Amino acid sequence: MTVLSLRGISKTFGAVAALTDIELDVAAGEVVAIVGDNGAGKSTLVKILSGVHAPDSGRITFEGRDVEIPTPAAAHKLGIATVFQDLALCENLNVIQNLFLGQEIRPLRLDDVSMETRSWELLRQLSAKIPSVRVPVAALSGGQRQTVAIARSLLGDPKVIILDEPTAALGVAQTAEVLNLVERLRENGLGVIMISHNMADVKAVADTVVVLRLGRNNGAFDVADVSTEDIIAAITGATDNAVSRRAGKGASS
Amino acid sequence: MTVTTDRQDERLRERAGLAGAVTDVIERARGGDLGVIPVVVGLVVIWTVLQVLNPIFLSSANLVNLTLESAAVGIIALGVVCVLLVGQIDLSVGSVSGLSGAVLAVLFVSEGLPVWLAIGASVLMGAVIGWLYGQLFNRFGVPSFVITLAGLLGFLGLQLYVLGAKGSINLPFDSALVNFAQLDFVPAWLSYTFAGIAAVWLFASGFLHAQQRRRAGLSARSVTTLAARSVALLVVLAFVVWYLGQTRGVGWMFVFFVALVLIMHYLLSRTKWGRAVYAVGGNVEAARRAGINVRAIYTSVFVLCSTFAAVGGILAAARLAAANQSSGGGDVNLNAIAAAVIGGTSLFGGRGTAFGALLGVIVIQSISSGLTLLNLDSSIRFVVTGVVLLLAVVVDSVSRRSRTSHGRA
Repeated sequence: MTVLSLRGISKTFGAVAALTDIELDVAAGEVVAIVGDNGAGKSTLVKILSGVHAPDSGRITFEGRDVEIPTPAAAHKLGIATVFQDLALCENLNVIQNLFLGQEIRPLRLDDVSMETRSWELLRQLSAKIPSVRVPVAALSGGQRQTVAIARSLLGDPKVIILDEPTAALGVAQTAEVLNLVERLRENGLGVIMISHNMADVKAVADTVVVLRLGRNNGAFDVADVSTEDIIAAITGATDNAVSRRAGKGASS
Repeated sequence: MTVTTDRQDERLRERAGLAGAVTDVIERARGGDLGVIPVVVGLVVIWTVLQVLNPIFLSSANLVNLTLESAAVGIIALGVVCVLLVGQIDLSVGSVSGLSGAVLAVLFVSEGLPVWLAIGASVLMGAVIGWLYGQLFNRFGVPSFVITLAGLLGFLGLQLYVLGAKGSINLPFDSALVNFAQLDFVPAWLSYTFAGIAAVWLFASGFLHAQQRRRAGLSARSVTTLAARSVALLVVLAFVVWYLGQTRGVGWMFVFFVALVLIMHYLLSRTKWGRAVYAVGGNVEAARRAGINVRAIYTSVFVLCSTFAAVGGILAAARLAAANQSSGGGDVNLNAIAAAVIGGTSLFGGRGTAFGALLGVIVIQSISSGLTLLNLDSSIRFVVTGVVLLLAVVVDSVSRRSRTSHGRA
């Protein structure tokens, strides 16, 4: 069932057309990877979905209704959660405090016990490997921080979760951990939109790959029957490109 | 034994009971999370040295004096702690306190208004000044130290203007305000009752919290730990009350200061607002994205700081029974900021407690009182206070670095 769909979304910044006629569908329990070169419009698309920018034209349909997303709060209310690349966690606060930041239980006499219990539930749901929720976030590794950021976005029971470059700057083991997390989100029936530069990650977890090129749709593929070369060709806009030439060189020498 | 929800990870080492709690503290300190340790150590060193130099220093009479002296600056420092927590600074607390004392004196003595009205007006003026700082900071994005530096000079000028040509106004000795600051002491039985209530309350709240945690399947402090903690508190408080009681006892003004510390401690650690203050000090962008109204937090904190400065100014005037041109001048400003920093509040924001103001101001006042007892010139007092402040800032920076390397920043 399609949760979120975009039709004909366009956005210009002055003379630059950042996005033109973008189409995108996300179903519950589906991982859609959005790939594209620098400047392809991925970040603009994320910002439109998270309510940072409003599109100039086009329709956004969420659970069958036409919606507008004028502010981040509106996106949150609809059930679209975004985890930005800079995770925006407070290093001086512990995991519980970060998870519930801005939405604490019982504002005038904080309910630590309920918040801690709920934190553990969330982290268990993600099978997260965080030894203690009472340590400051500064003490956590990059993958653990990503987990905390994702867990925080799950607090509002979202339908769709957008992950912006979730594995950038992570080590091998931590990347695997985050990919497990993405699979866990899919199992829980969420629609996941994942922005990524890493083809291996995309092939590993995504169901569908949507390629953006210079602000336009340049193909949507089923991951099962597309090769990395095809995706790269769609990203760069040619079958003869720097990446395939390098690959060819490697094969011939 | 079943394992509690928060203790299931096999990497966690078991730290149960009293011994575990002690080990935890030592471990944290090693990692650079020093808490109140430096200030307690500093206090012991300073008190020992001063006592050796002059045996009167630790006498009951002098310590009673010290508590009364520390209330005014301590309340100002409490405001400074709040501003430092969001990573800003208020350099004008001295001037605002002086102006507040002057306004109080003019309204109360020269204009003959009832004392509560004069107090209300001074406190309100403090709040308005803080609100003004907040607006300037939020709307124009001027760094707070420049805004408040302008305030430092501007409000000093206003203070001189308000006081007029005479430059000094005496408060009547028989007024309730002066009595409160100079002569009102808590009766011995009530002091002991306060100490008892504090200990019982500490145990009861800890016990209920622990029970609630156990019911929720989380680990909790053992009853022994809780009991040990509250007995320790009781012993310390009872000893303080007894020792101060050898002469005049505990002043109501000091009780007022401690009450404000407790209220601020609650607000900072147990409310949504307090969480937001720490979050803004830790990472403004994260706080904003979490939906916190960052501007409102900044404004609230500036208002609190100036209000506390005004309250401190009123008490200082009451203690002196006069407001004059040098009220709030000289070292008041730096003492208040130094007290906050010495009490463990980080200049980098996001770290510190209300109790820090209490401990810090006792250190600062001890130095000042001890050096006065030694008949040393104020030149030396300034130098020593400056060195202690520098030490505190160095400890702050070093422990911050240590926290980073131990992954606890």
